[in-house]
Amino acid sequence: MARIDLKSLAHSYFPDPKTDEDYALRRMEHVWEDGGAYALLGPSGCGKTTLLNIISGLLTPSHGQVLFDGKDVTQLAPEERNIAQVFQFPVIYDTMTVYDNLAFPLRNRGIDEKRVDARVREIAGMLDLTGKLKQKARGLGADEKQTISLGRGLVRDDVSAILFDEPLTVIDPHLKWVLRRKLKEIHNKLRPTMVYVTHDQVEALTFADKVVVMYGGKVVQLGTPQELFENPAHTFVGYFIGSPGMNIMDCKIDDGAAWVDGQRIGLSDRHLEAISKQSGKIELGIRPEFLTLETGTDTKGPGGDGSGVEVNITKVEDLGQFKIATTRFGASEIKVKLGEDEQVTGQSGVLRFAPEWTKLYADSQLVA
Amino acid sequence: MNKITNNKAWFLVLPVFFIVAISAIIPLMTVVNYSVQDIFDPQTRFFVGTEWFEQVLADRRLHDALIRQIVYTMSVLFIEVPLGIAVALTLPRNGWGVSASMVLLALPLLIPWNVVGTIWQIFGRADIGLGGYVINLMGIDYNYAQNPMDAWLTVLVMDVWHWTSLIVLLCYAGLRSIPDAYYQAAKIDGASRWAVFRFIQLPKMQSVLVIGVLLRFMDSFMIYTEPFVLTGGGPGNATTFLSQFLTRMAVGQFDLGPAAAFSLVYFLIILLVCWVFYTVVMNAGKQGEQ
Repeated sequence: MARIDLKSLAHSYFPDPKTDEDYALRRMEHVWEDGGAYALLGPSGCGKTTLLNIISGLLTPSHGQVLFDGKDVTQLAPEERNIAQVFQFPVIYDTMTVYDNLAFPLRNRGIDEKRVDARVREIAGMLDLTGKLKQKARGLGADEKQTISLGRGLVRDDVSAILFDEPLTVIDPHLKWVLRRKLKEIHNKLRPTMVYVTHDQVEALTFADKVVVMYGGKVVQLGTPQELFENPAHTFVGYFIGSPGMNIMDCKIDDGAAWVDGQRIGLSDRHLEAISKQSGKIELGIRPEFLTLETGTDTKGPGGDGSGVEVNITKVEDLGQFKIATTRFGASEIKVKLGEDEQVTGQSGVLRFAPEWTKLYADSQLVA
Repeated sequence: MNKITNNKAWFLVLPVFFIVAISAIIPLMTVVNYSVQDIFDPQTRFFVGTEWFEQVLADRRLHDALIRQIVYTMSVLFIEVPLGIAVALTLPRNGWGVSASMVLLALPLLIPWNVVGTIWQIFGRADIGLGGYVINLMGIDYNYAQNPMDAWLTVLVMDVWHWTSLIVLLCYAGLRSIPDAYYQAAKIDGASRWAVFRFIQLPKMQSVLVIGVLLRFMDSFMIYTEPFVLTGGGPGNATTFLSQFLTRMAVGQFDLGPAAAFSLVYFLIILLVCWVFYTVVMNAGKQGEQ
């Protein structure tokens, strides 16, 4: 197991990249701790697979270095890096039995049969494959095949890291959950360094200790699921993580408050001090969880000090454990998450912003 | 589920039945007719039972032709299949090289068979043919019209030139269908080049290779035109294969009875070999699946 350092790493598929757009992966500097479970989360085409292939050595980066435990492995081939990788679609050796499939990575490295046998049986036990060891792999279903692929990734106990490239795409929803639990279990037991690529936030947040959110070839935030939720460093993180995502509104700063469509939203001194040094496009973001909606007789009125904003309520969805109200003022649509017991009466109400959870962004980057 | 019984549905099979009857069964029955009778003209004919078959199967010249044929077909398969796989493995996977090599490879397949024979007949001649001239220049006494071994090798090389492309194209199609992830996984699993071939490429090529081998077996076992044009079956009988032997018997000597009997035997040999080969290969793949 190893710590992974990415030193001024960048990659372009063009021979002579000029603008930022030519880079599939923009310059980054990261340290991923030994034994950590990391998820690379981002939309399609954001560079997560590129980054994964650079770490595994299938791709040589055009700039920068990859270090495993301080050792430069940038120019090493995948087999010399001692890494395991599981791909999006099951890769199995059709003509071999399940047993031989699992033993393949070990036998290729000349490990003696006794040890191979012990490892294969141990991994097969963990993945519930013991009863199928003698079967030919080609007759199995997609999820069993993918389980074998996972097994081939786990079977070597000396790997620097195990990389997963959206491994559960082809798996049934129910089994997805089972396999994810299993991976988590294995991680807790063996503590390998794991890097898990996905575009599914639930998968990322349940699997990983640390989530690396990528967007447009950049790592926009690296943090625990809680950090990503409470303190999104980029509007994309706010919008991508959470269900529904963060409400993001264009705003202007004036007279000690934020103005959104002519409505005043109160800010703290901390906000005002930080934003005074910034220029560019200013946006205000707040998670639906941190908004309160007052309707009917409960409302104490908007209050001209910016503590509340008058809104029209366009839709209320009851999702069982909670409700989502869609509200509107001016051109802004704002979603509010309500408890299942909260009642919404009438077509209008007052929205209150919790100042400590109100975030300001300049050019999409978190300011305060 | 209840099956609906509707015997009228059988009438829908009739058109196919007629087409197959006219195209295959009736001509074949003619051969069967001739193989068990001695026919002088439609009125004068005698039933002879298995006499023609016995005569043909005891014919030493036919034994020789059969052995020659088997050796030839085996040589063709043993050269063309590995060579075809090897060439397919070295072809480029993308870029302009793909179209260029496809065109080059397809060329021999597009040439009519008798033209192939003519090309090699001229090419191999020591006096005016480039190939024959160069070989003689290197100090090797090469003359396919006189030396049986030279003739035999020339026919073999001609077939390899003509048909290896078919195997290459089939294998290439099989190789192209392998997703990149397989190669990447093999790299990460530390597989050797041989293991990649053995466990990834070969299994993925298996189905197309079966077709390729069957086609090359049938075609080479029935080869007629090219050796006929190139050597006329000579020198002596060195390149007289089964179909040429049959033609000589039927058209040259007008021994229609024995020729018909032998046609049936010939047909059954090909059918049997193909069936056995196909069954064995397909079952080998399924073994242990359950």
